[in-house]
Amino acid sequence: MRLLRFIEFLRRHLKTVVRLCLVLLAALVVIDAIPALVDKHDKVHTWAEAHLPGFWSLFGVVGCVLLILLSKAFGRAGIMQREDYYDE
Amino acid sequence: MSDFWLHPALILVLGAVLLPWVPERLKKAYLLLIPVLTFLRVWAMPHGTFGQVRFLEWVLVFGRVDALSAVFGYIMALMCVLGTLYGLQVREDGQQIASWTYVAGSLGVIYAGDFVTLFLFWELMAFSSVFLVWYRRRPESLAAGFRYLLVHVAGGLLLLAGLVLHCQARGSWAFEAFDLSHPTPAAYLVLAGFLLNAAVPPLHAWLPDAYAEGTFNGAVFLCAFTTKTAVYALCRGFAGLGLLVPLGVIMALYGVVYAVLENDCRRLLAYHIISQVGYMVAGVGLGTALAINGACAHAFAHILYKGLLFMGCGAVLHMTGRSKFTELGGLYRKMPWTFVFTLVGGLSISAFPLFSGFVSKAMIVQAGFEQHRLWAGYLLNLASVGTFLHTGLKVPYFIWFGKRQATEETWQRAAEPPWNMNLAMALTAVLCVFIGCHPQFLYRMLPHAVNYQPYTAYHVSETLQILLFTAVGFFLLIRKLEPEATISLDLDWFYRKGARVFLWLARRPVQWIDTQLGEAYRLAGLGPLLRSARAIGVFDHRVIDGLVDGLAGMFRRTGDRLRHVQRGAVQESLTLALALAAVILGFLFLR
Repeated sequence: MRLLRFIEFLRRHLKTVVRLCLVLLAALVVIDAIPALVDKHDKVHTWAEAHLPGFWSLFGVVGCVLLILLSKAFGRAGIMQREDYYDE
Repeated sequence: MSDFWLHPALILVLGAVLLPWVPERLKKAYLLLIPVLTFLRVWAMPHGTFGQVRFLEWVLVFGRVDALSAVFGYIMALMCVLGTLYGLQVREDGQQIASWTYVAGSLGVIYAGDFVTLFLFWELMAFSSVFLVWYRRRPESLAAGFRYLLVHVAGGLLLLAGLVLHCQARGSWAFEAFDLSHPTPAAYLVLAGFLLNAAVPPLHAWLPDAYAEGTFNGAVFLCAFTTKTAVYALCRGFAGLGLLVPLGVIMALYGVVYAVLENDCRRLLAYHIISQVGYMVAGVGLGTALAINGACAHAFAHILYKGLLFMGCGAVLHMTGRSKFTELGGLYRKMPWTFVFTLVGGLSISAFPLFSGFVSKAMIVQAGFEQHRLWAGYLLNLASVGTFLHTGLKVPYFIWFGKRQATEETWQRAAEPPWNMNLAMALTAVLCVFIGCHPQFLYRMLPHAVNYQPYTAYHVSETLQILLFTAVGFFLLIRKLEPEATISLDLDWFYRKGARVFLWLARRPVQWIDTQLGEAYRLAGLGPLLRSARAIGVFDHRVIDGLVDGLAGMFRRTGDRLRHVQRGAVQESLTLALALAAVILGFLFLR
């Protein structure tokens, strides 16, 4: 199983994988800030998108955290119930 | 009236009818042949209006083939091939018959040119698809199936009422766009019927309730046809209805919020159907050429990647018997290829560049921004965050990685699924990547001419930032996302608990009133009734019988007397008669 060996390989080198991912993330923000690479002219919709480098990165991470926290709070407010809730 | 025109649904229906008589050794080939024939028929169908039949006072139009119906018909028929291949080893004709009839219903709706035909096929879909839930044969599936059917019957009645009112007022049953500048109550009824099938909150709870209870292969069909057929109907009838934009955005976020809480992987995917259909509904509401193209393209891409995701999770369910995150985990050792295919589905639904969602979803978001509905654009992007969070990260992570929570028995059972399931997943995955890499293949089929380029540096940068930084959020808060063995209450609570209130009402107050009324009747009603009956009996015996008997006796006695008076002497009788006449005449004269 070559696929399985590949997954195991990635898991063994998890630290390196994580570091590579962090480099990729940083590169994304940097590239976004270079007008020669990412042309924002005519494409942005608001001031923030045009002038904040990495606006969408912020959007992604803040949106993700907000979604998780607010949804969990919603769930805790009585929406999440034990599994036999509907049983007689 | 046109010549004979072979409706693709007819191939499926006839194929389903003949299926039980096909010999066992030919069955697999036959199971593949019929959907492939249907697909070829759909693929080769020229545009135009066909299959017009006069029936009573209506002209039924079975085959309206235009750009809009063609793209939906194409993907439905393609999904039928993939879904049947996936469930090829199922040795239960009933399941195959149900799924083919279901697809036939969907194709019937898509090509229907009038509302009578639309309604008939609409109901065919509801009544055939419920078997895909029932065939799982769990008590929960039976109950969920009945709830599904009842909700759809209610929706069908709304639709029918709306259609009758609308068509009576308009004098025509043709399925055309509704007049959105002056929407009538009838139009709103029809809209409600469509929205119920599209699972728009608050009419959505049937979807996660039923789809999570479907059979492993039935869910692959369920996830594709009902909601996307409704999207087609909305595109045809209500394109540009502003109300649909906020509804779609609410849907997109609603599904995402519930997906955070969900522990069952197939129910999580079902909530993501609601979320994804939200994009399409918003696109229909925006109504511009770009938005309608986006809605159609997204429906097309969605059917493939959602089918793929349900195939992946269905394979896990089929092989392990489990679908809850709290009963799985660490499966990458046992089912690595299923993991890869599901991941492709997850990346496609999350709209990663080079995957199908990227080229379709962006059209809708772009249309929102172009119409200066910034809130819609941003909120739909927020829903993308949630989509990747769950389908791209949570589902693969907690099934194939994460803590191994499976019992020893589950772990032993886990293995790669049979070849046909793997092949179906591989083909679907290839299609998802193909569309992502060659969007023109999809764009050429869309109803409006496409002048849209998804692969701009800004769009790729925007999408990668949103998605990869979502992953940062995921790994930061992974503790919060640990699955919990709970269920989440949704609006089906009202009819599930409501049914109990109804039962309680019937058992307690209504039963009590009934008993009391019975008792009161016995005491106050029955005694006097018996007495009055007795009195009537006496009256009948004494008075009525007496009167009748008395009269009879009187006649008998009078007759007897007359017999004695009459002695048979004719002259005597004549004299008497003449005398009597004389007396009367005299009396008259003298008066």
